[in-house]
Amino acid sequence: MGNFPTTVKHCLSYEELIQDYPWLARWLQEEKEMVPTGVKIQLIDMLSETGLSVIEATSFVSSKWVPQMADHTEVLQAIHRSSHVRYPVLTPNMHGFQDAVAAGATEVAVFGSASETFSRKNINCSIDESILRFEEVICTAKQRQIPVRGYVSCALGCPYEGPIESTKVAEVVKRLYELGCYEVSLGDTIGVGTPGSMAKMLHSVKKEVPSSALAVHCHDTYGQALANILTALQMGICTVDSSVAGLGGCPYAQGASGNVSTEDVLYMLHGMGIKTGVDLSKVIEAGDFICKALNRKTNSKVAQARGDYSVHCHMKKINT
Amino acid sequence: MGQKVRNPESIRDLTSEELQGVLSGVGASAGKALPQRVKIVEVGPRDGLQNEKTLVPTEVKIHLIDMLSEAGLPVIEATSFVSPEWVPQMADQVEVMKGINRRPGVSYPVLTPNLKGFQAAVKAGAAEVAIFGAASELFSKKNINCSVDESLQRFEEVTKAAKEAGVRVRGYVSCVLGCPYEGQVSPDKVAQVAKRLYSMGCYEISLGDTIGVGTPGGMAELLEAVSREVPVDALAVHCHDTYGQALANILIALQMGISVVDSSVAGLGGCPYAQGASGNVATEDVVYMLHGLGIQTGVDLPKLMDAGAFICRSLNRKTSSKVAQATCKL
Repeated sequence: MGNFPTTVKHCLSYEELIQDYPWLARWLQEEKEMVPTGVKIQLIDMLSETGLSVIEATSFVSSKWVPQMADHTEVLQAIHRSSHVRYPVLTPNMHGFQDAVAAGATEVAVFGSASETFSRKNINCSIDESILRFEEVICTAKQRQIPVRGYVSCALGCPYEGPIESTKVAEVVKRLYELGCYEVSLGDTIGVGTPGSMAKMLHSVKKEVPSSALAVHCHDTYGQALANILTALQMGICTVDSSVAGLGGCPYAQGASGNVSTEDVLYMLHGMGIKTGVDLSKVIEAGDFICKALNRKTNSKVAQARGDYSVHCHMKKINT
Repeated sequence: MGQKVRNPESIRDLTSEELQGVLSGVGASAGKALPQRVKIVEVGPRDGLQNEKTLVPTEVKIHLIDMLSEAGLPVIEATSFVSPEWVPQMADQVEVMKGINRRPGVSYPVLTPNLKGFQAAVKAGAAEVAIFGAASELFSKKNINCSVDESLQRFEEVTKAAKEAGVRVRGYVSCVLGCPYEGQVSPDKVAQVAKRLYSMGCYEISLGDTIGVGTPGGMAELLEAVSREVPVDALAVHCHDTYGQALANILIALQMGISVVDSSVAGLGGCPYAQGASGNVATEDVVYMLHGLGIQTGVDLPKLMDAGAFICRSLNRKTSSKVAQATCKL
């Protein structure tokens, strides 16, 4: 129906729970729960069986900054790698990249920002300096035929600077793309975006980079994620990032939600007749597993609704 | 470069001509003009509170409605003239109607399931009423103990009396995108029910996704069918957020010319068909989206959030509005 792509690729960002920002790590160090390595591995293995084609597995940031990712090598080496799935890992610099490759990574990701203040506060350098750092990683990755995915955070707003000019976003995206990122994911880091700002931003970015090389990474902090994703789809984007059970709160608004739930995104896409190749009920199971392991409630509304199976068994016929 | 798993159905493998073909077709597009103004129909005090487990004291309801009036909402569904035997939460219907501070220019419709309810409503000072039909036979039987046709006949009595009394009537159709008993609901069936309500004199028909199962595809299809029978200016959407789809569904509706949206402050009112799941979409989240789109609503979001905070404290519950959750923490 209507004006939408027929297929959408899903990039499941499981590890969005932990982002590549040192100060965030310090905040999380106060969290009581560290996720055991065995649990992470099992989660990734469950997700590999759902039909998802990309699962961001771990992060090769120094464990000094992000202790929760200290087991990155163990995770990468222990997961069962499905032939239908890619497992990118975060690599903030050459050191991380080399460790990642040594651990068997076959795809990596680099994180830039559209906001100078956010870049300085989080990775202690300007946008320009960060891109120079990534250039090294991307060049080396190219030589080794390892694809690199780029992320641009604060694409729709910054916790420090407020609104971000869409032309600035486009400039950073273009630089990452021209350096060699095969795809750039546009992150609404604090979830403040609405379909209006999403459309405006994409309009600018699409002038510089083809839609086929773009993805959206929407946070649901203000409940706008699905509407923003819908807008992106209408504008030709067909890669969407999300997090099973909506894992990963917003570090800028304690208690508020962060990532959009994969289950809710899939429900919408399937309801629209868009193919993803993903089995929603298996994703719900994986979400159920990790929520039990973390002793927390899911952030996915679909998972919450489906919890009452007796009444909603009819509904499975409508949207699965 | 590197290993890529190529999905043969991936849209990347299409040529640009083929891509255009895939993207063409009827329906909404991001480029279509959105309404400049959207009327929000606030259903929290009635639909919301009716579906909350906790019973709320009359003075709290009155204060809530007064706060919502101050927040700039143009329509606030105040109470229900259903028999208190069925809906004890609305037993104080007369007291509420008489206790609220009616702001000029604001409408305070009340539910009236039948002529008796209508007469009681008018006696209590109601200037606008609402009637509830269903697009599903089973839902109608289970909910109000009669068929869709029988319910429409009952409503015709109300609309006739309302016309004579100079009282406006709003019609609701429930289960427009799915029914907890029947499953799929045909858009044509919804269109038929909407048409009948409109023909009998309802000035506006609100289409309710009662269990929140709808997605943008279904919403677009539904609105296409209904707008063939009822002018789009006379239609509203009442989306539930049980599956997190409400804002996306509302967005599609706006793109298809709808400019009236129902919502509930703080997302009051769970889903009676899925325990623990959410129900109504939160007014705060809707207003946030509309304002972000440059659409006027006349609503003062901070004041609205105050009203939401007030009622949540009274109910001793957390807000279901994500905007409220985020904003109070930043």
